[in-house]
Amino acid sequence: MNLITRGFHGRRGGDPTRIPPGQYETHDFPVLTVGPTPRVDTDTWTFTITTETGARHTWTWEQLLALPQESPHTDIHCVTRWSKLDTDWTGVSLDTLLEDVETTAEYALAHSHGGYTTDLPLQDLTDGQAWIAHTFDGHPLDPEHGGPARLLVPHLYFWKSAKWISGLTLLDEDEPGFWEQAGYHDYGDPWREQRYRGD
Amino acid sequence: MARWTPATLEADRWETPTARTLVLSVPGWTGHRPGQHVDVRLRAEDGYTAERSYSIASASAPDRLELTVQLDPDGEVSPYLVGDFAVGDRVEVRGPLGGWFVWDTTAPDPVVLIGGGSGIVPLMAMVRERHRTGSRALFRLLYSLRTPEDRYYRTELGPAADPGVDVFVAYTRTAPPGSARGPERLSVADLNTHGFPAEFAPVCFVCGPTGFVETAADGLLALGHAPDRIRTERYGAGGRR
Repeated sequence: MNLITRGFHGRRGGDPTRIPPGQYETHDFPVLTVGPTPRVDTDTWTFTITTETGARHTWTWEQLLALPQESPHTDIHCVTRWSKLDTDWTGVSLDTLLEDVETTAEYALAHSHGGYTTDLPLQDLTDGQAWIAHTFDGHPLDPEHGGPARLLVPHLYFWKSAKWISGLTLLDEDEPGFWEQAGYHDYGDPWREQRYRGD
Repeated sequence: MARWTPATLEADRWETPTARTLVLSVPGWTGHRPGQHVDVRLRAEDGYTAERSYSIASASAPDRLELTVQLDPDGEVSPYLVGDFAVGDRVEVRGPLGGWFVWDTTAPDPVVLIGGGSGIVPLMAMVRERHRTGSRALFRLLYSLRTPEDRYYRTELGPAADPGVDVFVAYTRTAPPGSARGPERLSVADLNTHGFPAEFAPVCFVCGPTGFVETAADGLLALGHAPDRIRTERYGAGGRR
């Protein structure tokens, strides 16, 4: 069906090689959160990877900062339709964190302070595709944007980049997270416009 | 859920000089839950499309829904929907979408609604759905806006419109002449006075610009409301244009 909206012309101007279908570019940094912003203290902050066998690997804030740091420069895409280009982050690659983790799991469920969860295939977190990010545009990440640290998985819709990250549980079977249970897509590829279940 | 459906503008109402309610005829629409939104798609003659999400303003009804669109002069879609979209013109919609920022009409719990600016829209859907379903849940609505001219839904949210829905309006820039409260931001004291006490364990819905929602949600936490009783929806700058 190609229904025309009479008199609509649009403003356009977005680069179609960088703005996925149904998105528009914003220069702000909007916030999407389901409840109050948790304030997480770096003195007590930890990040824990729990494998499918129950083995736990935990890092404190100091330990995270002592690991090799990377500075991804990337575009991000929110399912609420904004895309933000050329963002700069600093954080630790999941490749580094998973280096000594023995696993054959296929999926990961990310957990946040405040109770939020989101699920991803483990292979989307490796090979330089995902970070635990603590710095945005040269400044410590604001609490409203997920500080002190959030997951950063820029090739998927941004709800997969869990704010206030507290850990990952590695799983043999996929387990839907918060938005996924509420009808959003299990994978969330912006270039295939996988917004809602069934897209 | 994923299907796009034609929607025809049947009528409109101006809420303010820059906010217009669109009454859309959507054959096949089976209703929605209060607080949900729809995706709207506009297609130009050459095939270019733009999509945006808008909160639904109306109570659930078959084949019909209402959106209230605030003009953002720098936006791409709202200038068309507010200024050019004429009765008989068509867009496509899909939905209803969103399962979290939704009021459960069967729940007896008291409800606190806190809206900033155009964040009143999904809260209005809750007030209207309460009326439609005959719910006896007690509502307290706190509506923050800059000036009296910016006020949406004046009659429906007017004085004593419904004894089960208390409405408090906080003007932040210009208060009406003679009002006891000067223009000031919605404060923790306002939340305390015009909301429900935390002991009543109300469910709280907060919607508006990011900064407003952050402040109001933090205020509710400070008053002892449990984080899992506070549901938020933020319209970031550049959010719904």
